[in-house]
Amino acid sequence: MNEKLIEFENVTMFYNDPEEAEADKNIAPALIGVDFTVNKGEFVAVLGHNGSGKSTLAKLCNAIYEPSSGTVKVKGIVADNDDKADEVRRIVGMVFQNPDNQIVATIVEDDVAFGPENLGIEPKEIRRRVDDALKAVNMYDHRHREPHKLSGGQKQRVAIAGVLAMQTECIVLDEPTAMLDPMGREEVMQTVHRMNKEMGITVVLITHFMDEAVKADRVVVMDSGRIVMQGKPREVFSQVEKLRSHGLDVPQSTELCNMLGIKNSVLDVDECVEEITKMLGGAR
Amino acid sequence: MIRDITIGQYYPGKSLLHKIDPRMKLILTFAIIIVIFLCKNFFSLGIIAVTAVAAALLSRVPLKMILKSLKPIVIILLFTAVLNIFYTQGGATWFEWKYIKITEKGVFTALFTMVRIVSLVIISSLLTYTTTPTMLTDAIERVLSPLKIFKIKVHTLAMMMTLALRFIPTLIEEIDRIMNAQKARGADLETGGIVQRAKALVPIFIPLMVSSFRRAYELAFAMTCRCYTGGEGRTRMKQMKLSGVDFFALFACVLITAGIVVLNHFFEAVI
Repeated sequence: MNEKLIEFENVTMFYNDPEEAEADKNIAPALIGVDFTVNKGEFVAVLGHNGSGKSTLAKLCNAIYEPSSGTVKVKGIVADNDDKADEVRRIVGMVFQNPDNQIVATIVEDDVAFGPENLGIEPKEIRRRVDDALKAVNMYDHRHREPHKLSGGQKQRVAIAGVLAMQTECIVLDEPTAMLDPMGREEVMQTVHRMNKEMGITVVLITHFMDEAVKADRVVVMDSGRIVMQGKPREVFSQVEKLRSHGLDVPQSTELCNMLGIKNSVLDVDECVEEITKMLGGAR
Repeated sequence: MIRDITIGQYYPGKSLLHKIDPRMKLILTFAIIIVIFLCKNFFSLGIIAVTAVAAALLSRVPLKMILKSLKPIVIILLFTAVLNIFYTQGGATWFEWKYIKITEKGVFTALFTMVRIVSLVIISSLLTYTTTPTMLTDAIERVLSPLKIFKIKVHTLAMMMTLALRFIPTLIEEIDRIMNAQKARGADLETGGIVQRAKALVPIFIPLMVSSFRRAYELAFAMTCRCYTGGEGRTRMKQMKLSGVDFFALFACVLITAGIVVLNHFFEAVI
């Protein structure tokens, strides 16, 4: 079960030239000595405020960037040339924040087909994969529509279908819900969870919404290019003060129970209701 | 309103014209356009006019839409007609007053040119009415693919066209948003002379440019992530196959061309 899919070993990342950065002390690296692993089938949420390095982490998983120092291995492959980078991208797919800027074609199904087409797959097989992927994200009925006429949540689901059709083992989502309304967020998060549970796809979710991280298998908290906290959501979110010091809030239910002085750690609304009922000492 | 725009002017349908393979349609449309200019008398021109009308009927595109495609050329039509009537002289004189002299040849030439332009516009707009922009760019890529031997990157060009089509609605939305934002900051876009108004557009186009570059950058990332490495080793989900309809269309066009050549030969040329 604990097969390692993505491994970061002591990764440091400068966006500028490292020598230049050394000369100018004001340039901070985006990542400093990060060790990070993602196991197969896991759902990892990466949290952090703006500029904490979480997006950089995502882009390193997918060989878009090469680390300034240290190694990133995906299934043992180090992407140090274009061919290997391509191999990595066949294993790890990526969904970006802005749905508009990642849809390539003028028709939904053509866009989903874009990835498999690039992989050089047989036309009939592409058709099958595209249909399956669109059904998996509940967008099959919209397959002939034009992307610009879809809602944000629908567009983002099309983008996810585009990765599914490539049949990657892992999908990295870089703040996929940041530009969506609450409804769209819900749609996308349900899809992502279903992918993880039913299809066994490894998920790395980069987000700054605490509520989305609650259901993850593991939460990683980043600040100033370092991983500062790591563990099960319950362990991480129980440390309210420490999270705050890294510029993050805790989920609202957790915060409420914390303020009420409830000792047990609470993650979602149901648990919160239960605890408060218990505190009030009465039946609901 | 802006959300409703469709890219191109595709009219969805299942007519015979919609079913023709886009490659065939593209080539045949070009062929017919060339043939239009081969017409020398009213009989051969008649064939073209009938072809245009028949094609329009076959496509089941509403008359209103076809008339709409003719609207922008009304001025050109009138202009050429007037010029032809007054400046082409020859044959019997039908009307004379001071410097103005209208002759048979002038009227014929004017009529001829008008019918020619109208047929041309109808036929070429039927191509875009019955083919989606995606199919059209696909067809262009495939039809032009022999140019690869001259090291022309046909795939790259087609990809650029697809992306341009894809981003037209996105950028229109963006312009709308920027205009509203600038209006909210007190920008005056509607009053003043031409120079003033052109100047007022600068604060709209600069943000648009900046955001377009950012979009391009992100799109390039997204495409790389989806293993895009150019045209080589790519397959296509939608295969194009020639079928009975295509050969029928080809046959019809050959007949039309033959008819025109024959009629040109047997009757006196008007133009």
